[in-house]
Amino acid sequence: MLFSYLEDKIKSKEFNSEIKKQAADSFLKLGVPTIKHEEWKYSNLKVVANSQFEQVENSQINIDFDSELLKFGSNKIVFINGIFSSEHSIILTNSSFVFVTLSDSDKANENILEKYLGKISNVSNEAFTALNVALAEQGAFIYIPKNVTVSEPIIIQNIVDNTASSHVVNLHHLIVAEENAEAKIVEIFYSEGKEVSFENTLTEIAVNADARLDYYKIQNQNPGIYHVGTTQVLQEQKSYFYAATFSLDGSFIRNNLNIVLNGEYIENHMYGLYIPNGTQHIDNHTLVDHKMPNSESNELYKGILGDKSTGVFNGKIFVRQDAQKTNAYQNCRNVLISPNATMNTKPQLEIWADDVKCSHGTTTGQLNDDHIFYMQSRGIPKSEAVKLQLVAFAEDVVSQLKLNELKTVLEHIIEKKLNWTEGEY
Amino acid sequence: MLTINNLQARVSEKEILKGINLDIKPGEVHAIMGPNGSGKSTLASVLAGREDYEVTGGSVQFKGVDLLELSPDQRAAEGIFLAFQYPVEIPGVTTINFLKTAVNQIRKYKGEPAMDAVQFLKMMKEKAKSVKIDETLLKRSLNEGFSGGEKKRNEIFQMAMLEPTLAILDETDSGLDIDALKIVADGVNQLRSPDRSFLVVTHYQRLLDYIIPDFVHVLYKGQIVKSGDKSLALELEEKGYDWIKAEMGELI
Repeated sequence: MLFSYLEDKIKSKEFNSEIKKQAADSFLKLGVPTIKHEEWKYSNLKVVANSQFEQVENSQINIDFDSELLKFGSNKIVFINGIFSSEHSIILTNSSFVFVTLSDSDKANENILEKYLGKISNVSNEAFTALNVALAEQGAFIYIPKNVTVSEPIIIQNIVDNTASSHVVNLHHLIVAEENAEAKIVEIFYSEGKEVSFENTLTEIAVNADARLDYYKIQNQNPGIYHVGTTQVLQEQKSYFYAATFSLDGSFIRNNLNIVLNGEYIENHMYGLYIPNGTQHIDNHTLVDHKMPNSESNELYKGILGDKSTGVFNGKIFVRQDAQKTNAYQNCRNVLISPNATMNTKPQLEIWADDVKCSHGTTTGQLNDDHIFYMQSRGIPKSEAVKLQLVAFAEDVVSQLKLNELKTVLEHIIEKKLNWTEGEY
Repeated sequence: MLTINNLQARVSEKEILKGINLDIKPGEVHAIMGPNGSGKSTLASVLAGREDYEVTGGSVQFKGVDLLELSPDQRAAEGIFLAFQYPVEIPGVTTINFLKTAVNQIRKYKGEPAMDAVQFLKMMKEKAKSVKIDETLLKRSLNEGFSGGEKKRNEIFQMAMLEPTLAILDETDSGLDIDALKIVADGVNQLRSPDRSFLVVTHYQRLLDYIIPDFVHVLYKGQIVKSGDKSLALELEEKGYDWIKAEMGELI
């Protein structure tokens, strides 16, 4: 059983740092959340918990690196089954940023790691964050120094090879953008094979004053992956942070995107697209915490759900008492293209300040038959009409992608995925 | 070209068409007039293949093909075009992209190679000019935020692009002021040709001042009760639909 396996692993481990010890203790105290836990009401981990895992160190991998998604980009940091692969990574030698794997970080970075690693997130109340901080031995540490602009996107590929064996992956990445730094980070989650793996990742991001960071989380995984991933962001004054979360394939996905706006005049954008079919389950939990005045957050998530799939959107916005003149917008729109698909949405706004502009809206509907008939009356077959409309539905999120090359790749994947709708009509 | 024989149709248990007979030859323009609720729009929708209507009897032959056996998209590919009374707005799909898909799907149906982007844009520019539609409109989402006149003009533009053999205009004049009506009628008149026919469904005679029909039929309670030439439309305008009702022996 997975969780007892993890528990045993934690209990038998010697921890070399205070934060890891703390994290281990809180995981043992918190335990794995069940559906009785409010934040896990619609995401039942039982399936994962009951799966058998055997940790096999695998030197032979069967991943097809010809995949369009994996070919994207020129700075690539590749992890396979939770282990850094220098063979597949390409880091431009003239890079203006610093990259080290957490496992071999040296004295030079000690102070920064001490300041941020495991500290941006809260290990005392999130079981999976605690688990990750306690157990993760590897991950990328990306440091963008003060006033530096990295123009080429930095890609982190989290690859799991499920073709021959099951894995438990705990990767812990840390990205620090110093004052007035600028970068684009793309995290790709990719896997092949039919075996069942459990992936629990944590990406901590510090966006310091005046820094600008674009962050993409792209999930295109085989049906065997159970993914719980937390992206924990700390934004300081006048910083800009943009997140695009595209969940295209995977059997069980739980994304937590937590952002603390810890200063004034911060700008924050979150976009998400999820397209589950079959029995896939995709859960997006987002949290924006406005702590100080004059900041803005803007969120748009869209979902297309088919077959017997389920989706969850839970969007929290906190506007603290000091956060006057906050602008916070949240929007989640879904289309169900099968009578057996389910979407659960829960917007949650908690506002303590009195001079703010906040709005939220969620809708879940079906495709419009009149639109389909109109398209058919112009010679477009029904299945094409459906696809054209779904692509159009996704467009206001897809059009927000700022990396054109990545956008083209994702458009291809989305179109290919939407071919399944032909069976529905 | 089109032969409708004793066509009957209903929508959720309500009989609407009760035996329509109509024969349209290539190049002819037929107008269907009638009071509200007579079944005019139902006839247009049934010919285009809208699923809400159930055909309960009769037949429709189009260029020798059993039209009722075909899906709406197959009918379009065979050369039927319906200009909608209320064109829908489809956010996120530009008119250009929509029409390019439509043109190429029809070509695929006919076994012709797809049109490339250059050819398509050239054709689009020509047709846009001929029906006087602003090209910037075509780059926007289909009909989204268009005025009533712009939507109808877009219907005529689409008709020009798809070059149908039978165009059905479902109350294209509704909601149009006289200037918009003239532009739409001009567009239609330019498309008149010896091998293209039109079925113009309208409540008012006004449109027929600009699109001169060869035949006028009056539809009442699901049947064609009177047919004639364009003078019938003028007579209807003068005497009103009560005249038809009286002729049918009803109390007014």
